Amino acid sequence: MTKTVTDVVCPFCGTLCDDLEVSVTDDGKQILDVYNACAIGAEKFLHSQAKDRITRPRLQQPDGTWKEISYEEAADYTAKMLAGAKKPLMYGWSSTNCEAQSMGHEIAEMCCACVDNTAAVCHGTTLIAVQDIGLPTCTLGEVKNRADTIIFWGCNPCHAHPRHMSRYSIFPRGFFTGKGHKSRKLVVVDPRVTDTAKMADMHLQVTQGQDYELLNAFRVAFRNEWLPDVVAGIPKEKIIEAANIMKAGRFGIIFFGMGVTQSLGKNHNIDEAIAVTKDLNEYTKFSIMPMRGHYNVTGSGEVLAWQFGYPYSVDLTRGFPRYNPGDTSSIDLLTRGEIDAAFVIGSDPGAHFPISAVKQIAKVNSVCIDPHITPTSGVSKLHVPVAFVGVETGGNAYRMDNVPIDCRKVVDPPAGMLTDEEFLTMVRDRVKKLKGVA
Amino acid sequence: MAEYIIKNGFVFDPVQGIKGDKSDVAIKDGKIVKDSEISKSAKVIDAAGKTVMAGAVEIHAHIAGPKVNLGRIYRPEDKLFTCTATKGMERTGSGNSIPSTFKTGYEYAKMGYTTAMEAAMPPLFSRHVHEEIRDTPIIDEGAFPVFGNNWFVMEYLKNNEVENTAAYIAWLLRATKGYAVKVVNPGGTEAWGWGLNCLSIHDPVPYFDITPAEIVKGLIEANEYLGLPHSMHIHPNNLGNPGCYQTTLDTLNLADGFKAKNKFGREQVMHITHMQFHSYGGENWGNFESKATEIMNYVNSHKNLTMDTGNVTLDETTTMTADGPFEHHLTGLNHLKWANCDVELETAAGVVPYIYSPDIKVCAIQWSIGLELALLAKDPMRCFITTDHPNAGPFTRYPRVFKWLMSQKARDERLNTFKNADKVIGASTLSSLDREITLYELAQMTRAGPAKSLGLVSMCGGLKPGMDADVAVYDFNPDKPLANPEMIETAFSRAAYVFKSGVQVVTHGDIVSTGNKRTLWVDAKVKDNPQVMRDIREKFLKYYSVTQANYEALGHHFIPNPYALEVDATQV
Amino acid sequence: MAKITLNLISGRTISQGVAMEGGKEKDLYRKACGIIEMDDADFKKLGCWKNTNVRVTSPYGTVIVKAQETSQGPHPGVGFIPMGPWANQLVNPNTYSTGMPTFKGTPVEVEVAMDQPILLGVELVQKACRGEV
Repeated sequence: MTKTVTDVVCPFCGTLCDDLEVSVTDDGKQILDVYNACAIGAEKFLHSQAKDRITRPRLQQPDGTWKEISYEEAADYTAKMLAGAKKPLMYGWSSTNCEAQSMGHEIAEMCCACVDNTAAVCHGTTLIAVQDIGLPTCTLGEVKNRADTIIFWGCNPCHAHPRHMSRYSIFPRGFFTGKGHKSRKLVVVDPRVTDTAKMADMHLQVTQGQDYELLNAFRVAFRNEWLPDVVAGIPKEKIIEAANIMKAGRFGIIFFGMGVTQSLGKNHNIDEAIAVTKDLNEYTKFSIMPMRGHYNVTGSGEVLAWQFGYPYSVDLTRGFPRYNPGDTSSIDLLTRGEIDAAFVIGSDPGAHFPISAVKQIAKVNSVCIDPHITPTSGVSKLHVPVAFVGVETGGNAYRMDNVPIDCRKVVDPPAGMLTDEEFLTMVRDRVKKLKGVA
Repeated sequence: MAEYIIKNGFVFDPVQGIKGDKSDVAIKDGKIVKDSEISKSAKVIDAAGKTVMAGAVEIHAHIAGPKVNLGRIYRPEDKLFTCTATKGMERTGSGNSIPSTFKTGYEYAKMGYTTAMEAAMPPLFSRHVHEEIRDTPIIDEGAFPVFGNNWFVMEYLKNNEVENTAAYIAWLLRATKGYAVKVVNPGGTEAWGWGLNCLSIHDPVPYFDITPAEIVKGLIEANEYLGLPHSMHIHPNNLGNPGCYQTTLDTLNLADGFKAKNKFGREQVMHITHMQFHSYGGENWGNFESKATEIMNYVNSHKNLTMDTGNVTLDETTTMTADGPFEHHLTGLNHLKWANCDVELETAAGVVPYIYSPDIKVCAIQWSIGLELALLAKDPMRCFITTDHPNAGPFTRYPRVFKWLMSQKARDERLNTFKNADKVIGASTLSSLDREITLYELAQMTRAGPAKSLGLVSMCGGLKPGMDADVAVYDFNPDKPLANPEMIETAFSRAAYVFKSGVQVVTHGDIVSTGNKRTLWVDAKVKDNPQVMRDIREKFLKYYSVTQANYEALGHHFIPNPYALEVDATQV
Repeated sequence: MAKITLNLISGRTISQGVAMEGGKEKDLYRKACGIIEMDDADFKKLGCWKNTNVRVTSPYGTVIVKAQETSQGPHPGVGFIPMGPWANQLVNPNTYSTGMPTFKGTPVEVEVAMDQPILLGVELVQKACRGEV
């Protein structure tokens, strides 16, 4: 016999779908099938069951082989590394729960570490822009119930947030949007003809790297001022047409992604996108929302902010929080060679940082907490496999619109495996002793 | 638990009517007890020459949750020169108008505050609010979920379904672990979903076809039907605009004829918050003036109302409110960065930094109005001091507000040195008020009064045996002539000793224990109501973006130490 | 052999997401991310068949990937490598004081490298860190 766990929260992307159903064996040990999830989410649940999964911490030997050690030994190693380091970096946090983040921050404070999350390579520039100009936004249910104009700018939800459109933005029939997608206009801005762009009422194939120019042109178009014939590869007439679509709706929203945050201009691109949104509120109701990647990168920013005051790139080396992206941000700390120990959890910088930054992680003492084998674990001195948050343990996470959703435990982790929070608690207790903190 | 006896202090306790008599306060097992009940081993705290009061009670502040944290996230500049390093058991802290959670707890405790209410919790974000409350050490906290723009409430009240409204309130209080019924710009925030607003109590809400007046009356009725500890707590329509006092009077008038019905000793049916923002006359910023006299005449003569002031402290701060349209209006005035978040089916929130400059006439008049309100209050048990933290100023400025209220000299000095002093003086009656708030009245306005209004009078806000041992001792000798009003601000900024539920948490201004913090919430039981349960299921299926099973704030990681006030409305 | 110049961007794809969760040490991850998606017109310029191994070189590094016809085009002049270690051998690490590397818009040269192997994800990063690629 099997049983079905309902209302399961998907720990993959920032869409944080909470309507999954997972059928498990009666003893609650094995996942049999996953319903309602996208291909990626389903794979996350199913892969957790892999037979070749690493279940114990392992130390990398000089010859590149691995030696299995106990969690106690691993916690000793981690605590000594962090307590002894002059400027340790504690990076990641986006694929774990808020309780583990909180525990990690306590360690970071004692060790005077730099704490950073994956916003560093994702929506960090968005946060800088929000600090410049603010952010008119809303929850995803508002989009579902009210929105008639949807802009996807530099993002490709068909691939990166597969259920976003069916749950919130394009297809659902909400309170004031009873006709579903028929009541919505979709505009996509992307240098490629993405699968999202193929669905759009209008696709603006912007010249890569010229988002700022195009956003600026919209602001001109709203005011009916003079425009050149072509801006960022888009003819003037098309810009005016799109501007009129935006102004004509009753409730619109811009969703944006890495296309704007990672291209040159960076935070200034987002500044301008937010200014466009602000302008549109003179004509109608408009919101803007970053398409956050990891399922709990938003949560990491929230916990960091309420505990330390800043959403990412927090430097605690002086015993109090400081923040200055470009200076206290992971990539810069690494490429300048300032870090003497690297602790990575809930993220894979080995795969997603520029290789020159990864080389620095490989050079110093390093611990990688991750259920998977990853490029980061591959170049770390110690790899600590843990239970999957959202599959084998619960805990709070924040959706891309900052809505907190408590993840569910679906099955037990393999015998003897610890959760992030449990392992971090062991490290915290050891660091306390090493630092002589009561 | 340790026993204490706080000896020879000047005790001010409105609950027992003690007005500065020299006496002792005994503490045992977390409670205030009679002197005779403690053993000889009780630790003696020498309070000779000091002022002893109950721990203070904050009735309205924005200290935890999504909009507070949005403020932290988007204002790195608020941290400049305000960070405190890790020190003993004190975690590192940051921020001025929006301090980190740790700093929030420490600062309240150091000023002798032991209970605080988060004034606006978006229900969908209750887990976030509770995570921050969990990380705010020492002080007991509760949070008010917002109801004034909630789709359930508007649909029920449109048909006068008070019983259903009450059943929904009971359900939501339980789901969000909320404390009271909060109303912010009733109807106006829903209208903001379309970029609109309700500026009077008779403006109909788009689509829902109900008026703010109907929402307010219905919620008062539902609140009394349930017999909740606190009354309906309202931020009226038309906040912050010249001439808004008329809307305020219209709103106050809605409480007419209602009587409080509860077992908690509460007498009011409506609490109006940050009255300063609702007491403006004039037609524009040019002839902007105070209408505090009109407002206080009304409040003084209506015993079923309580209020708090919302004193402007003349600082740079961060405004934040569930009044979404107001923040949009404000960013248009000061052109500072605007954040907004509309919340499905429930509410919205906006955040805009604001600089209350003493050189700007309107800011100085706002400052005058806040003080005027408190000085015109005939019953200090119904008028409480707040800064609507952080909207009119950070809560850490309370000692300065006390100074202005307790010393005419201090406030006249401030008033007469404004850049536009003549115009400012002419726009309010402040310069003609010679009242100085006494320590006893201060204890009423910051302890016994708010505790009674919140329905907590048997628990906190006083020093009567049997109450929680929340005690603050200040280095302030009421017997000595006040050489300098600054002494008031200094003394109330850092208490000499603070006890929270019998645990000594502050000694000479330093944190010595993180105490036994509790989360206060109200567990209201109502008759089974299948219709409301069905409506809730339907709304989650069709309109919410989360499932009903993923909505409740539940579990140790959100509320490690809950304290429920129980209400039974099954027999109504 | 011909060399062409492209403007490189990276980003997510659904197969990248699935393969990532399936294991970054596995062949499926290499198949999903060890590729460059190019426009038909650029294949003609390069003068090679689809699904040929190519060497992509930027001012910041070099990597071998499989050249595939883009499924999300046309986008002449733009090359797309799904986000992952292959793309990150090439991207501009400079953050220009924003904290964010310049992941999108790296000028790269593409040339045919028919006989050279595409490394597995974990292996590629390990070798790069040891200075072996």
